[in-house]
Amino acid sequence: MQINQAMDNSNGIKGLVADWSSDQETFRVSWGKAMMWIFLLSDTFVFSCFLIAYMVVRISTVEPWPNASEVFALEIGGQHMPLILIAIMTFVLITSSGTMAMAVNYGYRKDKVKAGVLMLVTAFLGLSFVGMQAFEWTKLISEGVRPWANPFGAEQFGAVFFMITGFHGLHVSIGVIYLATVAIKILKGHYDHHGSYEIVEISGLYWHFVDLVWVFIFAFFYLW
Amino acid sequence: MSSNTQIQSETHTHQEHPVSLYLKIWLLLFVLSGLSYMVDYMHLEGLLRWSLILLFMFLKAGLIISIFMHMMWERMALICAILLPPLCLGVFISIMAIESKYTFFSRLIFFSHN
Repeated sequence: MQINQAMDNSNGIKGLVADWSSDQETFRVSWGKAMMWIFLLSDTFVFSCFLIAYMVVRISTVEPWPNASEVFALEIGGQHMPLILIAIMTFVLITSSGTMAMAVNYGYRKDKVKAGVLMLVTAFLGLSFVGMQAFEWTKLISEGVRPWANPFGAEQFGAVFFMITGFHGLHVSIGVIYLATVAIKILKGHYDHHGSYEIVEISGLYWHFVDLVWVFIFAFFYLW
Repeated sequence: MSSNTQIQSETHTHQEHPVSLYLKIWLLLFVLSGLSYMVDYMHLEGLLRWSLILLFMFLKAGLIISIFMHMMWERMALICAILLPPLCLGVFISIMAIESKYTFFSRLIFFSHN
């Protein structure tokens, strides 16, 4: 490897610049993919902080915690369905992860039309997820749930609900914009001269991460 | 960039897996989500409830990270750099769980005196 040849033994500012700019690589992937992974790692810690804060307020409150199964229940055709909207949202997000995985697969095969169309389908499913979340927020707000109070039990419930689902919903919304932008650029042929559609894989990593975070929110906030 | 690393990175970005693999994982994620929903629907309680929730959660997370995010096929350097740091969260979770149980008991004592 050329790593040693590129090393400059001088010290001081010159040495600092040489050490940081020399041709050393740890990750044998493109910089875009490595940076997306590192961003996702940092985002993991942000979401973990929210979920840990939720654990703290839930353990330490002396008021009974609202029963999520009933709070998020819906009446469909006169039938009482506990947690049904959240279940549908989960299936929509998993479906979108599936279409994204297929888009990445067609990206590897350099089939730009299929990759672009599948990404647009993914973005559309993400959009419907955000729509259902907006419906859920509207329903809870009309029932009197606020970040500082709610009619079902411990006051911290509202704060945790709006913070965690709001931050996740923001990620989905940004993902929809990101995927739609990349898909349109692919279909227009902006990446043709690269000869590689790695951007599909990189944006796919972000989208799968959003789905991954939902797996944890679904388990800890809605089911626990 | 040396031609050497370019060749290496090219061999690594060429990951063509059969579509059926993604469809199988997709189906598996559906089933696992259905099972976690059933935990709530069947009103399971206590140890059984939270052990099943955690089991299905970790299985789903593992499938998404390893197959959909292709972590399985990445090099060890990247896998370690991404998957090891979150292990610190275990320590964070334990500390905060102890702290919040302490807060809970001090609240019980304080509120019962009023």
